[in-house]
Amino acid sequence: MPDEFSSPGTPSELQEPPLSIEQDEDLTAAPESDLDVTAAAPEVLADSLPEYLRAMGRRIRSGESGALPIVVGLIVIVIFFQAERSEFDSPGNLVNLLVQSSIYVLLGAAEIFALILSEIDLSVGWVLAVGGFVIAELIASPVNFPWWLGILCGLGATAAIGYLQGSLITRLHVPSFVVTLAGLLVWEGVAIELATIDKSAVGGVISVSSSSPVYKLVNSNMSTALSWIVLVVLLAIFAAVSLSRAARRRAQGLSAPPLSITLLTVGITAIGGILLVYICNLNRGVLIHLSGVPWVVPFIGVVLLAYSVFLGRTRFGRYMYAIGANPEAARRAGINVQRVRRVAFTLCGMTAGIAGLVYASWLGSISTDVPGGNYTLYGVAAAVIGGASLFGGRGKPLHALLGGLVIGVVFNGLALMGISAAGQYIATGVVLLVAAAVDSLVRRNRSSGML
Amino acid sequence: MSTSESPTTTASDGGAANGQLLSLRGISKRFGPVQALSGVDLDVPPGKVTALTGDNGAGKSVTIKTIAGLWGPSDGQILWEGEPVHFHGPRDAEAHGITTIYQDLALCDNLDIVQNMFLGHEPRRHRLLDEATMEISARNTLKELSVTTIRSIRQPVASLSGGQRQSVAVAKAVMSKAKLVIMDEPTAALGVAQTRTVLSLIKRLASQGVAVLVVSHNLNDVFAVADRIVVLYLGRMVAQGPASEFDPSSVVDYMTTGRSGRASSETATPAETGQEG
Repeated sequence: MPDEFSSPGTPSELQEPPLSIEQDEDLTAAPESDLDVTAAAPEVLADSLPEYLRAMGRRIRSGESGALPIVVGLIVIVIFFQAERSEFDSPGNLVNLLVQSSIYVLLGAAEIFALILSEIDLSVGWVLAVGGFVIAELIASPVNFPWWLGILCGLGATAAIGYLQGSLITRLHVPSFVVTLAGLLVWEGVAIELATIDKSAVGGVISVSSSSPVYKLVNSNMSTALSWIVLVVLLAIFAAVSLSRAARRRAQGLSAPPLSITLLTVGITAIGGILLVYICNLNRGVLIHLSGVPWVVPFIGVVLLAYSVFLGRTRFGRYMYAIGANPEAARRAGINVQRVRRVAFTLCGMTAGIAGLVYASWLGSISTDVPGGNYTLYGVAAAVIGGASLFGGRGKPLHALLGGLVIGVVFNGLALMGISAAGQYIATGVVLLVAAAVDSLVRRNRSSGML
Repeated sequence: MSTSESPTTTASDGGAANGQLLSLRGISKRFGPVQALSGVDLDVPPGKVTALTGDNGAGKSVTIKTIAGLWGPSDGQILWEGEPVHFHGPRDAEAHGITTIYQDLALCDNLDIVQNMFLGHEPRRHRLLDEATMEISARNTLKELSVTTIRSIRQPVASLSGGQRQSVAVAKAVMSKAKLVIMDEPTAALGVAQTRTVLSLIKRLASQGVAVLVVSHNLNDVFAVADRIVVLYLGRMVAQGPASEFDPSSVVDYMTTGRSGRASSETATPAETGQEG
């Protein structure tokens, strides 16, 4: 999976010295500039790899840490579980872990849309359930929609839910916390209602036919050959785009990261991708041969990539970050703040619907047993652990990916160690607390460093 | 300097087809029973720094908010490039080329300098943000303004000092092709060195042909930067003219008493109103 979900608009360094030199008052103002070194992205200020690493170190200390600490944290957790339980890195378990995590990742991505705006959506867990029910019921008898129409309707329904909640928030000026808290209850009720109106549902369980593409999304794999081909093609595209982009920017005299950094990024992404495909391509079947990358993995990659482009490279995404930091400035810049909020909540709902699709596919059915409340909180936790800020203005799909994986790994590892559900909850809570505390400390550092 | 000061100035550069970018003629503003402005005449020529000064409650804020289109005047006329205009809201004033930089600067801390400068009107290519174009023209704008203390235009605004933030706000106004930039107390929160940076920035802005209207009651700043000085007192304009015809003590007199011992026969307001009719 490409590691660069972050965003193309990555700030990069300025190769020339400060814009121009003027003698008089600017020299007197020079002492100020010591401050700004720390918080800038490392690639902004570096010409070479060592300089880049030093800048990055400064940046982490000053609180603008980026994704690195969470990546390191994730690796540490994985090593810990591997040391404790050797079956942790068995292909079967790792693939299972990926699938489990994919729901947390998607819910985290949904939550990112709200968190960037300094809002929150507490309803995603049950919106997931509603989406799952709509899809499962529409593609099953008696409706028998084609699978794609079912998915379209399901995502449309959850997007509409998001839009409804966004409209209540922006038009009635009710805080998102309250509106979506009400939503958490309402959509649970709706999900139960959806289960009961379908007479074919035995005990509120609606099955997904195992021949349906909806079922195959999680439970079917790309062939090993296809997995490798897709990986190679994606890596080639990623490398070509990154390198040519950097080269073009350098040719135009724009800020661009040093070549070594671009190569390093491509290299790390390649290693990650190769490892992923390698593990998935090992035989993980018990009785029959089972290998290949589950379709859900590239599926989530595409979703997150699309979101990254949307947030990082479109006006709309830019406006979301602006509103999250300073709604008044955004309003004065002529941005229709309330409309952006409504669309963000719509996307949040739709993403919860995608999570519902994956959930229904994973279990091969949907029922009222969806842990909606917990899922909501895991979504928020995934985003925050990954690096999104609860205070708005910061968050990327990459954060949801990392945070979702952390939650997945912790649950999976603790379960393998035979730790009770109680212990798992407590451990996950502690991880969340640590991540939120780091976020808060970081912010305090930043503000005290600034003033 | 006394009698001739304001009347001659406005008469010479403020004729019917005047060289003024913006002229207020007899502007009054009432909020219920409160008369905030009465009969204010104010001229803002292009390429010059006009300082609008006065004590607290003199009507400085009401004046600039009227110009910025936050509300219409109760009475009087606004002339923009010689034509009478009526602004329907701040967006309308901005569309005419009036940008107001309030004290909060309206910057987004999490966005970098380029992103802030283009917020709300980003150029696009293939429906995606055109970062290259933005970065090039942002850099050129900063270069023209001789903003030199910024290490990289790709650093987030949160990491900038107060003076640098003010510079970014000014560059943003230039970026939007503003003809008139109104600055509300631009140096109020700044230290000595940063104040000097911002004042020289204001001068450079004016030297590019932009009209700058600076609201300030810091007389050091006013005399350091202004080409013209306008003094308000209790909602009335009591003096207006080239900065060279004022000195700090006469401005203080105008600000505190509405008249100056050294320029006691100040009758700017009625004279101008009559001329512009």
